[in-house]
Formats: sequence, structure tokens, C-alpha cells
Amino acid sequence: MLNVGQIEEGFVLDHIQAGKSLAIYHLLQLDKLDYTVAIIKNARSNKHGKKDILKIECDITKVNLDVLALIDKNITVNVIKNGEIIDKKELSLPKEIKNIIQCKNPRCITSIEQGLPHIFVLSDEKKEIYRCKYCEEKYNERAQQFMRW
Amino acid sequence: MRHLMSPMDFTTAELDALFDLAADIEKQPQVYAHKCDGKILATCFYEPSTRTRLSFESAMLSLGGNVLGFSDAGSSSAAKGESVSDTIRTVACFSDICAMRHPKEGAPMVAASHADIPVINAGDGGHQHPTQTLTDLLTIRSLKGRLNNFTIGLCGDLKFGRTVHSLIEALVRYDNIKFVFISPEELRVPDYITEMLNEKSIPYEEHISLEDTIANLDLLYMTRVQRERFFNEEDYVRLKDFYILDKKKMSLAKEDMLVLHPLPRVNEISVEVDEDKRAVYFKQVQYGKYVRMALILTLLELA
Repeated sequence: MLNVGQIEEGFVLDHIQAGKSLAIYHLLQLDKLDYTVAIIKNARSNKHGKKDILKIECDITKVNLDVLALIDKNITVNVIKNGEIIDKKELSLPKEIKNIIQCKNPRCITSIEQGLPHIFVLSDEKKEIYRCKYCEEKYNERAQQFMRW
Repeated sequence: MRHLMSPMDFTTAELDALFDLAADIEKQPQVYAHKCDGKILATCFYEPSTRTRLSFESAMLSLGGNVLGFSDAGSSSAAKGESVSDTIRTVACFSDICAMRHPKEGAPMVAASHADIPVINAGDGGHQHPTQTLTDLLTIRSLKGRLNNFTIGLCGDLKFGRTVHSLIEALVRYDNIKFVFISPEELRVPDYITEMLNEKSIPYEEHISLEDTIANLDLLYMTRVQRERFFNEEDYVRLKDFYILDKKKMSLAKEDMLVLHPLPRVNEISVEVDEDKRAVYFKQVQYGKYVRMALILTLLELA
């Protein structure tokens, strides 16, 4: 079995659906940050058979994790200090998401206005419904299929 | 500084104040004839409109202000590919308030976020048409004396009709309103509306026949089946004359039922109904002007 060493300070995203770690890596824009990141694909999981894990060696406040809940609430976030888990963060849906999903309504102004950010606002937390800020087009599915990579 | 994007932007208390002002304008227009002296309204209409644009322009002129603008995208810099955000920043240099109609949904919101003048959504695609809703509410309040305790029938295209959706959303904030939706199967009110009514426990019925239900209504809101909303001409032809309100059907209605229509009307209301005192759709146009006058004054903080 492949072994990846523990990190001293940073955070670990565990229980990522197998095969989705690279998408999350991009979604969190980790490619633009100069930190050590371990991407572990298809690790063994008692619950799901296999899973992905991301280990990121940086202060958790440097990365906006809000969007993770939109993708999969089952992802766990373990905050590490001195090699120990010191906190487990609960994921909650962000009130607003910017440039993560795109409005698919061809009648929406976002389809023609250059440079306009695609903003979705959480309109129903219980049903996990987001609506386009501009045209109110409903979006209530998980973000995977809308990710641009 | 405030804008108007949706009828829900105003609380019911704010709407009451707006309607009181509109009623006062109706009563004594001379008092308001110079309230907007030196002010300019820009009407930026990226798609054709007769009633709404003229209503805005007439409203501003009646307040002593001036108007400028364009009435289709072809005669604006949009034809050269200019963005809405650039256009509004230019327009804001020439005017004090802007009414914008645009075929793309959310365009007035983009304008509002880039403008340092109040922006009024004068219709954005199939999304919102808040000043029509304000017009409808003022008409009901003025002629019925209240905005609560009635049964309203909405008839025709309830699927694509933005005026219908906005009016329902605005009316659910008032007490004891019952909705009767009358439409062909293909043009039923969208699920999100019925879901919202279910959640709020607001009573509604859905019917196909107008004759069967007209006797129970205090208000009847007729709508046009809009050709531009159909991809298939055959469907449009089949559905366009599904409802025709005529004298015979009006004879089944209550003596004090009011007939409203956002206009333009095509065949859905026979011209013979125009003479009926319960047909108030042309009065509605007049109320549209008063409410726009009140809105301009309110947004310019001149009320």
C-alpha cells in the first residue's frame, strides 16, 4: 500500500468521492497557491470501498472551503497542528457562490455581458436550492457536472 | 439610493405609501406638475414597447421633467456591441433616473449595480415587470378599495406570463386571497408557484373552463397567449384563442367583478366587453401612469 506521510500543519479533506480530488484541487484554486499538496486517489475506505484524500500544508484560512458543501457534504475537513487533528470543520452551504457554476439560462444577461461574474444565491437552505442572482434560474443539483474542468 | 428590480423590493408598508402618493397624484395632479423640474428620465428600451415606454415618458413629463433615450437596441450603442454596464455609466452622465427594458433577464440589475442613479426595471425578458405589478395592485386597490379578502381568477397563459407570476407573488403578502388558475393544460402555472402557495397554505384551484368558474370571482386577470414564447407555431395557433371573454361569459360573472388585462389584448377579450363597466383594463393603463409618477418621485426622493 502506498504511504503518504502526515502533515505537521494544515488540513486534510477526507472522504472525497473517488475520482473527484483533482476537480476539488482546481475548484479550491490550490494550483494557484504555493503550498505542498498531496492528492491521494482511490484510497481504501471502509464505508465506500474507495475514496480520495487531499492533504494541504497551509493555514486553513488561506483557502475558501465554502464551496465544498455544494459538491459533497460528506467530505470531512480535519485541521492539523503539530501532526495532530485539533479540529473537525462542519461544512455548510455558502450563501453566495461566485464563478463556480454557470447560469445555463440562454435568456440570462450572463450569456452576453462580458466580464460579468456568475453569481448564485442560496434561496432555500432546506432544499439546497440556489438561484442565479440575475435571472433567478433555479439550480439545485450538486456542482460536479457544472465544473468547468 | 434605491432601484426597483422586483415588486418584492418594497415592503407592503412601502407599497401603501407609494399607492397613497399615486392616489393623491390622481386627485390633484397640479400639485405635482413641477416636482421634477430640471430632472431627466432616460428610457433605455432594448426591445420594442408602446405602453410601458410612453407611460414612463408621460409620467416624467407630467412631473415637469424631461426624457431622453432609445426605443430599440438597433438605435443604441448595443448594436455596436456595448455592454449594459458601459451603457448605463454613460447614460448616468446625462440623466437622473433610468427606466430600462431589456430582452435578457437580469440586465437592469447589472445596470443598477453600475449606476449612480436609480434604475427601474421596465421588463427583463420573461423574468420581471415590476411596474406592471404595481399598476395591477394600484388598480385593484383604487377600484376595490382593498388589497385583501378576494378571489382572483388568472386566465390564459399562466406558464410564460411574467405579469401573472409577479402579481401572484405580490398578492400572497395580503390576507385572505384565493387564487383560481384558469389555463389550458400546456400553459398551467409553473410548479414553483403552486409549491410556494402550498408552503404558505394559500388556497388555489386550477381549472380549464372559464365559464365554470367565472361566477365565483371578484377579479379576473386575463392574459394574452404570447407568440414569442412558443418555439412551435402550431402550438401557438392551437392555444391562442383558447379563451375569449365575451358578453355571454360576462353575464355569468358577479355584478362587481373587475376585468384586468396587462395589454396588449389580441382576441382573448372581445371588443364587445369594452363597454361593460366591469372592464377596467384601459383605466389600468391610466393607473400605470400614476404609479410610475409616484415611483419616480419616490426613487428621486422628491415625494
